[in-house]
Amino acid sequence: MNMHASRRDILKGTGSLIVSFSFAGAISETLAQGAAATKPLALTEVDSFLAIDAKGKVTVYSGKVDLGTGVRTALMQMVADELDVSMQNINLIEGDTATTPAQGTTWGSLTIQLGGIQLRNAAAVARQALLEEAGKRLNTKPENLRVSNGIIFGGPRRLTYGELIGGKQFNLKVDHTKPPKRKDPKEYRVVGKSVPRVDIPAKLTGTFTFIHDFRVPGMLHGRVVRPPVFGAKLQSVDESSIKHIPNARVVRQGDFLAVVAETEWNAIRAARALQANWSKAETLPDPDKLWEYVRTSKIAKDEEYGKVGDSAAAMAGAARKVNATYDFAIHTHGSIGPSCAVAEFKDGKLTSWSASQATHNLRNQLAKMFGLPPADVRCIYLEGSGCYGRNGHEDAAADAALLAKATGRPVRVQWSRGDEHIWDPKGPPTLIDMRAGLDPSGNIIAWEHESWIPQQTPGGFHVPLIAASLTGMPADDHIAPGNIFQNAAPGYKFPNARSVCHRLETTPFRPSWIRTPGRMQNTYANECFMDELAAQLNIDPIELRLKYLDPKEERGIEVLKRLKTLAKWETRPSPRRNVSGNIVRGRGMSYVKYENSRTYVATVCDVEVNRTTGEIRVPRFYVVHDCGQIINPDGLRNQIEGNVIQTLSRTLIEEVKFDRSRITSVDWETYPILTFPQVPEIIMDLVDRPNAPPWGAGEPAAAVIPSAVSNAVFDATGIRVRSVPFTPDKVKAAMKGAA
Amino acid sequence: MALSKSLNVNGRQVSIQIDDPEMPLLYALRENLGLKSPRFGCGLEQCGACTVHINGRVVRSCVKPLKEVRPNDRIVTLEGLGNLQNLHRVQRAFIEEQAVQCGYCITGMAMEAAALLARNPNPTDAQIKQALSHNLCKCGTHARIIRAVKRAARYA
Repeated sequence: MNMHASRRDILKGTGSLIVSFSFAGAISETLAQGAAATKPLALTEVDSFLAIDAKGKVTVYSGKVDLGTGVRTALMQMVADELDVSMQNINLIEGDTATTPAQGTTWGSLTIQLGGIQLRNAAAVARQALLEEAGKRLNTKPENLRVSNGIIFGGPRRLTYGELIGGKQFNLKVDHTKPPKRKDPKEYRVVGKSVPRVDIPAKLTGTFTFIHDFRVPGMLHGRVVRPPVFGAKLQSVDESSIKHIPNARVVRQGDFLAVVAETEWNAIRAARALQANWSKAETLPDPDKLWEYVRTSKIAKDEEYGKVGDSAAAMAGAARKVNATYDFAIHTHGSIGPSCAVAEFKDGKLTSWSASQATHNLRNQLAKMFGLPPADVRCIYLEGSGCYGRNGHEDAAADAALLAKATGRPVRVQWSRGDEHIWDPKGPPTLIDMRAGLDPSGNIIAWEHESWIPQQTPGGFHVPLIAASLTGMPADDHIAPGNIFQNAAPGYKFPNARSVCHRLETTPFRPSWIRTPGRMQNTYANECFMDELAAQLNIDPIELRLKYLDPKEERGIEVLKRLKTLAKWETRPSPRRNVSGNIVRGRGMSYVKYENSRTYVATVCDVEVNRTTGEIRVPRFYVVHDCGQIINPDGLRNQIEGNVIQTLSRTLIEEVKFDRSRITSVDWETYPILTFPQVPEIIMDLVDRPNAPPWGAGEPAAAVIPSAVSNAVFDATGIRVRSVPFTPDKVKAAMKGAA
Repeated sequence: MALSKSLNVNGRQVSIQIDDPEMPLLYALRENLGLKSPRFGCGLEQCGACTVHINGRVVRSCVKPLKEVRPNDRIVTLEGLGNLQNLHRVQRAFIEEQAVQCGYCITGMAMEAAALLARNPNPTDAQIKQALSHNLCKCGTHARIIRAVKRAARYA
């Protein structure tokens, strides 16, 4: 007897289970969404976003998904206010290609800024239509009506939304380029409030269904067996090596190797026991010469950003020149829960359940891979462990689909810790040269930023699916590191400036975007270099920034001024004078206007550096943040805290290590991250602008962290650290070099 | 051949059928018993997402072979700590502090915190950080989790 059958026996049996078995509940709910299969999906239709049933229950269809950031609650707040219904009356469906509009990948801090605004627009059109219909029925003008919680009051008479529209479609257009009249923010009741997140009680009581908990009747458990080194070819498989494991079998297609079994543990055992021969391969660069490799990689094209005047001529005529080189290590996403997906083929159609942040893209990739029309592939989002970008979820979805196709059964694939650390796509290595020219009076007359970063091939953001690559199945792949050119241009007004991004043909590992992609690395170089110039000029770092900010950047200037107050900033040049002792303290700052177009963040970082060990301790950050209209202040604080702590981990510790054949950072011992004893205190000042558009907050605060830490280390020690992560060894080496 | 195994989980005696006595407790809880809170994070006792209590002590269920679990060992998962109608003080405090981002690690955080408070009702910040130092979170929820544990201590 296998475990699956025995589990069912228990369910039918004596009722000795403690907690009701609710996985089955999750599937029926999800499948029931199929009932809405006739609903429109176009971004121009109100019905794509909203449905109201006869009881007045509102279903919101969001193509943007909650990746563990709490944005589900924020989107519900936005709809609740715009439509005049209570939060409790809203059910939000996320990322289902059959029912939700394609609002784009959930990335780039755009869920509220773009997705939420589209929901608001749809809700505003719907509410106005409901008022007009109620006016007709109550024989009065819409402006004489009042709405509360989905009930329209017209004098003594009332009509509910359910009575007016219940179960029917609006059949109305919404034009996001010419948005409808929305409410005056003064009328918002839940927007701007710290509404508790709707998912947290279930997450604290074991009742929340992550993708990892999702089950389909009759499904098998799959485990992938990846090549031991990159580029290895599968030469032979000894299937008899797993014959002692009940109901386990091998699936092999090209260099794709996997096992399936009726129970998860047997799948794990089989994956561990399976004997296979692979060819040797050495496809990776020498890790000790990584930056030489990057600097000499073939350039696909050069891109230029932020060009003003003639920086080369100004540099040539400069009285003083300053230059510095910054590098930023390869990072993994490091989700705590390794990627997982479930797939089922039925009547030639594929249903894929995953935690993909881009179900609509994934559908196109899976359709291509299996030669299906996209209409025959349905991708459904279920929340996963935080992914911080394009991690392995999509690859697990492809693995599961391949195994489901091969076995004729639904298959759940759960990656191991090693699968996740080794095989998730990586944040690429980033190398940036900075140069500036100063005139005799100490004005910055030339600014140059030159980076070596992988190209983004045209046409889309299809990070290659591992299963398609290993099998040679059809694919429409891109080198897709994300929009990593953003913030290459300086956020300051210099008379001559130029940022050149050398977009490289290749990078050592399959790249993808990790939280604040490119914006973090570019801001790190720009803001460290700004600090270097301030020190060269013997000017306070905030004063130098204020000097070069465009006076029209009133919000940026306000953020910097508020930062001085929040952090009790002592105006003085860096480094600190007269430091002594083994533990030295300093503070550094950094500023960004995210993508040079939206959310403003400024931070001060306090550090303590141990001059013997080279260890950096960061007791505290101060953050001032202006993302316009704040939807949920506590949710925003949570995101800023996460940005700061996660990025401090990336800045001080994280680095993917490798040799010529393989990644050697395979788990949390070999790819350590920040732990509780190293967690800084975070003191915040949120600038709320209720009448401004709501901008993103999932990434911007991360952009300023590496530079603030580096600048603080300089303030404490007089030493520049220009290579992320700032490990004790690097700090010691820098101090030795300076001594 | 299938083996019968008796376990005491969240106050109830249950019997499961297994193929392999080396199977970690995590899979018995998740697959045989359908409990969702013990989470697979690493299988290497490095991250703590799978944490449960056995006889009041924290155990990483991902590496605890069933053969080492006795029928009368009292196993408690997050589901057994409390439920929505009757929250344990740690669950209540975590909800009130909104000490969750993605929440994948939060089972382990809550179980570790509950064990800490049972042995040390008034932990200092340093003691909380030390107690949670082997529980990993990648979202950066640490600051809230520390506040939640302190709040839970006040609910004693």
